[in-house]
Amino acid sequence: MRRRIEDRLRELCRKHGYAPYKMSRFEEYELYVRNKDFLQSDRVITFSGKDGRLLAMKPDVTLSIIKNAPEAPGAVRKVHYRENVYRMDRDTGDFREILQAGLECVGDVGSYEVAEVVTIAARCLAAIPVGTILSLSHVGLIRHALDQSGLPEKARKQALDCLRQKREQELRALCQLHGADETLPVALLRARTIADLEQLGIENEAWSELRQITGLLDPAQVRLDFSLGNDMKYYSGLVFKGYAKGVPDSVLSGGQYDRLLEHMGKNARAIGFALYLDQLDRLAEEEGGWDVDTLLLYADEDPARVLAAVERMDGTVLTARARPAQRTWKREARLENGEVRYLD
Amino acid sequence: MTEMLNIALPKGRLGEKVYALLKKAGYECPAIEDPGRKLIFDNPEKGVRYFWVKPSDVAIYVERGAADLGIAGKDILLEYRPEVYELLDLGLGKCRMAVAGPRDFREKPGRPLRIATKFPHIAAKYYAGLGRDIDIIKLNGSIEIAPILGLSDVIVDIVETGKTLKENDLEVLQTIVPISARLIANQAAYQFQYDAIRTLVRRLEEQL
Repeated sequence: MRRRIEDRLRELCRKHGYAPYKMSRFEEYELYVRNKDFLQSDRVITFSGKDGRLLAMKPDVTLSIIKNAPEAPGAVRKVHYRENVYRMDRDTGDFREILQAGLECVGDVGSYEVAEVVTIAARCLAAIPVGTILSLSHVGLIRHALDQSGLPEKARKQALDCLRQKREQELRALCQLHGADETLPVALLRARTIADLEQLGIENEAWSELRQITGLLDPAQVRLDFSLGNDMKYYSGLVFKGYAKGVPDSVLSGGQYDRLLEHMGKNARAIGFALYLDQLDRLAEEEGGWDVDTLLLYADEDPARVLAAVERMDGTVLTARARPAQRTWKREARLENGEVRYLD
Repeated sequence: MTEMLNIALPKGRLGEKVYALLKKAGYECPAIEDPGRKLIFDNPEKGVRYFWVKPSDVAIYVERGAADLGIAGKDILLEYRPEVYELLDLGLGKCRMAVAGPRDFREKPGRPLRIATKFPHIAAKYYAGLGRDIDIIKLNGSIEIAPILGLSDVIVDIVETGKTLKENDLEVLQTIVPISARLIANQAAYQFQYDAIRTLVRRLEEQL
């Protein structure tokens, strides 16, 4: 399953001219300290390099890619990657190695690039043979809704928390407390499709972008969800997450994060996403679910004959002298004097 | 085939109240009322499957997707901060998270305040907001005894009626936050079972 999605991502990236990106295993620790809030866990494995520099096992790929973002007008750098990252497990406090694949598009990013990245994300998701949903949010629209409501600055963080966790009663109470208009914030909290917001007369750039992007995607797959993107510190535009039926966490996550580049002192924009390949392992293997096509049993055979038999046979072959425990096979064969005999 | 909603109920009195509310909202499950030794109770007709778990574990079941929905106290949600949606305040199990101490307690600002609690995160966040240096002593029960024995200066705990406090010569010094039971949802399940979950939320709301 994991392989299939990875292949799909690589194929789509090649089609759209994304270059493969391989990063070095270690990165200067300073990069992560300066952008600590961007990382999902704030602990990083560190050690000293030979000249006393503090190095880190990479907890993230995005930061390494965007530190070299092009700043010239019209210049856009498109890369895709497949890397291990090291993050702390929230429950155990131990570090885990996580395989991530994804893409980044940095530089003078415009509406075409945004559409391209979201479309590639949706197509990767669609390669998962169970139901999938791509949830979309837009930070610009959330900001607009809070502006329009007249909520005071000090109440905004709480309002964003309410949106993030879909706490509708609390959001209403908060608006009431501050004499703010709850219409738009509550509409966002509840919105599921573009049609849910159509009647509200929103006029705003973020809204046009969101409408345009959803128009490009399969309506059966795409949903609005403004619980995303409430980390306004880094995200600036479209934010999205992908879900696969049967996996309790998101399997894909991405968005436009111009503010991170701003924070790094870069005059550029960026959008990208990552696939959480370890999450995909939770999906049951497809029908059949055999480990191998054939189990080939042999006894006292010449190794050369066994090897030759495997060469001749179609599909995948597991050789063994006795039936192995914990493995599954579609059919069974026995090697007798160099001849393969299938058993029913 | 319609899918079942898996609902984690907290064992104990709160869970029973919650089930009664769900029953009133049209999500009854006769099997649960005659439990025997079973742990999981289905009502395919209503599309629900219930199971009882330790109250502090409800959020884990929901966050990890073993349950689509669950009912958890706000105290647990504030302490463990699971990544779940908090769809409805059920208004049940109302109480408050509070700082309590001896009736004649006078704080000594010159040294860190020693706090015994089952909720170290809530306590730490509250005092960080006040800029007060504290020393947290994590206990798992019988918190009230800590200040009496001099283990701590004050406690941070759930206060319902205040009766236990009173019997131990303690009183509420500050209220940190009001607490009640919340209906929570797994984030992925919310996407895929949207209609069923929204219907359940609406029907529960009508009962409040």
